[in-house]
Amino acid sequence: MSYQATSPGLWALAWRRLRADKVAMASLAVVAAFLVMLVLSSSGLIVADWEAEVGVSYAPPALFHEDGSGRAAPAPAVAAALPDNPFDPLAAEVAELRAEQGGAAKAARRDTLPFGADKWGHDVIKKAIKGAETSIVVGLVAASLAVSLGTLLGAVSGYYGGLVDDFFNWFYSIFTSIPSILMILTVAAVLQQKGVATIVLILGLTGWTGPYRLIRAEYMKHKGREYVMAADAIGASSWRKMFAHIFPNVSHVALVQLSILVVGFIKAEVILSFLGFGVPVGVVSWGSMLNEAQNELILGKWWQLFAAAFAMALLVTAFSLLTDALRDALDPKLK
Amino acid sequence: MFSYILRRLWQMLPTMAGVVVLVFLLFNWVGGDPAYILAGKMSNAEAIANIRQQLGVDQPYYVQLGIFVQQIVTFDFGNSWATGEAVSRIIATRLGPSLTVLIPLTILETVFGIALALAIAFVRGSLTDRAVMVACTVGMSVSILVYIIVFQYGFAYKLGLFPVQGWGEHFSDNLLRYAALPILIGLAVSIAPTLRLYRSFVLDEASQDYVRTARAKGLSQTRILWVHVLRNAAIPIITHVMANLPALLIGAFLLERFFGIPGIGREVILAVERSDFPVIKAITVYVAAATMIFNLLADLMYQAVDPRVQLA
Repeated sequence: MSYQATSPGLWALAWRRLRADKVAMASLAVVAAFLVMLVLSSSGLIVADWEAEVGVSYAPPALFHEDGSGRAAPAPAVAAALPDNPFDPLAAEVAELRAEQGGAAKAARRDTLPFGADKWGHDVIKKAIKGAETSIVVGLVAASLAVSLGTLLGAVSGYYGGLVDDFFNWFYSIFTSIPSILMILTVAAVLQQKGVATIVLILGLTGWTGPYRLIRAEYMKHKGREYVMAADAIGASSWRKMFAHIFPNVSHVALVQLSILVVGFIKAEVILSFLGFGVPVGVVSWGSMLNEAQNELILGKWWQLFAAAFAMALLVTAFSLLTDALRDALDPKLK
Repeated sequence: MFSYILRRLWQMLPTMAGVVVLVFLLFNWVGGDPAYILAGKMSNAEAIANIRQQLGVDQPYYVQLGIFVQQIVTFDFGNSWATGEAVSRIIATRLGPSLTVLIPLTILETVFGIALALAIAFVRGSLTDRAVMVACTVGMSVSILVYIIVFQYGFAYKLGLFPVQGWGEHFSDNLLRYAALPILIGLAVSIAPTLRLYRSFVLDEASQDYVRTARAKGLSQTRILWVHVLRNAAIPIITHVMANLPALLIGAFLLERFFGIPGIGREVILAVERSDFPVIKAITVYVAAATMIFNLLADLMYQAVDPRVQLA
């Protein structure tokens, strides 16, 4: 065996294993693309004009027009000729308002869009990108909160043991005996406030139990190891041993938990927003898009449903595959 | 056995006490003064004081906690703030429809999950195995909302195979007509995660020594999987099914809401929408208690499945 000046660390080895996994690299590319899109859309570089009414109401998607017309959409041609939804009781008023808006805006409206338009004529693809911003931010921030909380409590619990451990375990058993979705709904009922910050708090404060259990077990295992004793011998404080010495060695557990929770929380945010307990009116998320799409489908307007469902399925699939690969790469014993 | 059950029940007390205090703090401290919610927009100081006195909110916290504990023990949470119906009656009448959907769903999900997991484990590592696993991941990534919206639109609205929504008077009518599509959707949504999980349980067993022994003495692969492996993989499966039953009672809320099934889950959503605190409080406390009891039942079932398990 040849001599190596520095042996590769856990992260270098994990990255090497991840690089060899084609599915993982493809998933990583998709997730990275979503994150780049998120940064661009939140900084206003793309889709800043998602609220522009570029198409007619329910403009059908031109790209899928051929096969779409035969399948689900009964009359895209009619919809193009007749801009308003015939079942809309406010159709007359809406038409009047549009006429008042003047010729310029009206002339710019297109009969078809590549991916279709919603009730107000917003491009659904831009709307889905804007919705991704809300859903992903909620997922990432809430998961970070839950993992930080779980790590902190798990570290204290596993490191100190004894009465402290008993106390946090009691706390853990309380939280796990209430099903998480019931806990989320209960907190939503009590808080009575809609907003992105509220959902993040609800999900973050109820989701810490999974990371807590795993991190606690890791700390119990690590606290007796020699490197911790060595740190103790040079006079490191408990806090320093916990977070400067032990944490880097268990951080892979936290990372895997983080990605598991991001997936779970994106799904949860969609459901909460759909029910109206999530994002406030005026903020678009995949959940609020699905809420609108539910009624549109009855009218045969499937494109908003498709845009939101496809964007979400793509991200969540890629994220889940990446999570699986990450777990395999970081913990080769587990197969 | 009897002393084991008694001891386990005794150990539940501190957790249950914690749940009660947590729910109490959430509703009486974080939630603020319920009198303002109840009095609505047309409130005056006198009406609010009156409501506060009726609810006991003007009492010190320890007295209020006492009232809450008394409500739990006597199964009497008073009346719903929204409809005036007794909370105990709401829970009793909503439980039936929920179980009509959930029991068949759980049975089907478990049976299909086990059968598919054994079949997939049979060809583990093959292209079929990997394709099914990727299909499961994709299937799990589509929101449950999309399944419900598309299935309800396709099967009920377009094809007319099932009623779009509703609930009848008779059990058989409910089960076969109204609950059929919700059960089908529930199955479609849950089969992917269940299969992935059960597959890992089966694979954990498939590499054990007893499997090699069974194979060495010439048993067929079918017999090894269905008799030897299944019996050993049953323990984590039982844990999974039992631990999930109470959560499923709430988890089916989307199905109940979309299909107009008057069950517990829909009641929770309605209660959250209407700030109907007594209903949410009662359901939270009882579901937590049910979760703990079902965990105990799961442990008791272990011994029936595996005689080696000692309940000490």
